[in-house]
Amino acid sequence: MILELHDVAVRYITGDFKEIGIKEYVMRKLKHNYTVREFWAVDGVSFSLERGDMLGIIGTNGAGKSTLLKAVSGIMEPTKGWVKRQGTIAALLELGSGFDGDLTVKENTYLRGAMLGYTRKFMDETYRDIIGFAELEEHEDRPFKQLSSGMKSRLAFSIASLVRPDILILDEVLSVGDGAFRQKSENKMREIIEGGATTILVSHSLQQVREMCSKILWLHKGRQIEFGPDVDGICDRYQDFLNGKFKL
Amino acid sequence: MKSIFNKINSYHFLFGELVKRDFKKKYKRTTLGMAWSVLSPLLMLLVMRMVFTQFFGRGMDHYTTYLFCGNLVFSCFNESTTQGMTSLMGNAAIFSKVNVPKYLFLFSKNVQTLINFGLTLCVFFVFCILDGITFTWKFILLLYPISCLVLFNIGVGLILSALFVFFRDIQYLWGIFTQLLMYMSAIFYTIDRYSHTVQHLFLLNPVYLFIRYFRKIVIEATIPTVWFHLLMGADALIMLGIGCWMYKKYNHRFLYYV
Repeated sequence: MILELHDVAVRYITGDFKEIGIKEYVMRKLKHNYTVREFWAVDGVSFSLERGDMLGIIGTNGAGKSTLLKAVSGIMEPTKGWVKRQGTIAALLELGSGFDGDLTVKENTYLRGAMLGYTRKFMDETYRDIIGFAELEEHEDRPFKQLSSGMKSRLAFSIASLVRPDILILDEVLSVGDGAFRQKSENKMREIIEGGATTILVSHSLQQVREMCSKILWLHKGRQIEFGPDVDGICDRYQDFLNGKFKL
Repeated sequence: MKSIFNKINSYHFLFGELVKRDFKKKYKRTTLGMAWSVLSPLLMLLVMRMVFTQFFGRGMDHYTTYLFCGNLVFSCFNESTTQGMTSLMGNAAIFSKVNVPKYLFLFSKNVQTLINFGLTLCVFFVFCILDGITFTWKFILLLYPISCLVLFNIGVGLILSALFVFFRDIQYLWGIFTQLLMYMSAIFYTIDRYSHTVQHLFLLNPVYLFIRYFRKIVIEATIPTVWFHLLMGADALIMLGIGCWMYKKYNHRFLYYV
């Protein structure tokens, strides 16, 4: 068992507390105008993954996919339940985020590598491969902000995939880049899975999910609708749901 | 055991990269670069020296050194806390996407201010020579207030950076507070003329303690009492304790506020 989630629930809070000052806070408290809304972004999700599994998470917007991934990667702590993980996790939650526009491509690569928990020695050894795979050899010393968005996501993908984590989390990652790179990255993904890594993929492309994943988790409004290795079955039912054939 | 070692090693790498990043970002656009951060306290000193000597410096030996002690400590405190305040929020894009220890951002900023402090300290010693100060072995003891100051700054920085996530107007309040603190830290005046009670009240101000320690060693060549040492150490540890407690308590809540 490389990753196990047991009855994980994450309570999210939103409301007036963002971007307000002390003055505003006190005023609102006095006027009883201060509201904080709590809701369960993820509620009662349980699943487990073995080595080499590729999990596809599907669900409409607001289903709690990103929140679940944050709980898996340890950025958020589950309010209830627990997450057990073994090995290193590389999470690509949003491409380009966490990169610094003023630093060069090379500096950003090292910084990202460090954030993903790799050592300097490892980065020194892998750096050429990463840049090579991302096809950015000529742009190494350019500031990151001057890159096109395709280049940025290529770099992000290369860093996360070439460092060979035990668990790789990809949130809407494969849908970027041009056709050629997309093919290349899908091949890379297969290679990683065959190498024994466990991967979690969030994608709105059902076709991609069907082709690549070995297990499916379907979330709806934070709740777990289905989980299992029956990729086609779950995807068909999800497709029917999207077409409005039934309601949840 | 091996994994703990790996963890420390990888955070060490991340920390280094963060320091490098902050460094490059800060000095990228100024041609004077690091010289500027040494120059600005010197200019402050120059102005104070010209303006206040007539009022506060009469009949006082080494008034320049007296002023410099105050400026040196206060500007370190001011820079460290003011810049540290935004360190967590400024890296929200990182810590909301990658699981990294959040205090590293503040530490990285503090390394930067420490380097500036070190440079200014060298200039300070040059000024001491020019001002005819005799160097004694007691100067080594300055390491104590410096260590306490660093811990104190980190503590205040932790508290402020956490508060800044919750309340953005802390920035302005802190600006006003540091201004008031500057006038209360006896940077350019002496406290001899106050009554004993008031003189003791000054000891409640940690920044004043650091400044006083510097002046005792450098100008008067005397070692402060044990109580003075303990008070200073306690101030630093209390602030650091509160800061760590806040980070521990709100570690997973910061995310909701960014």
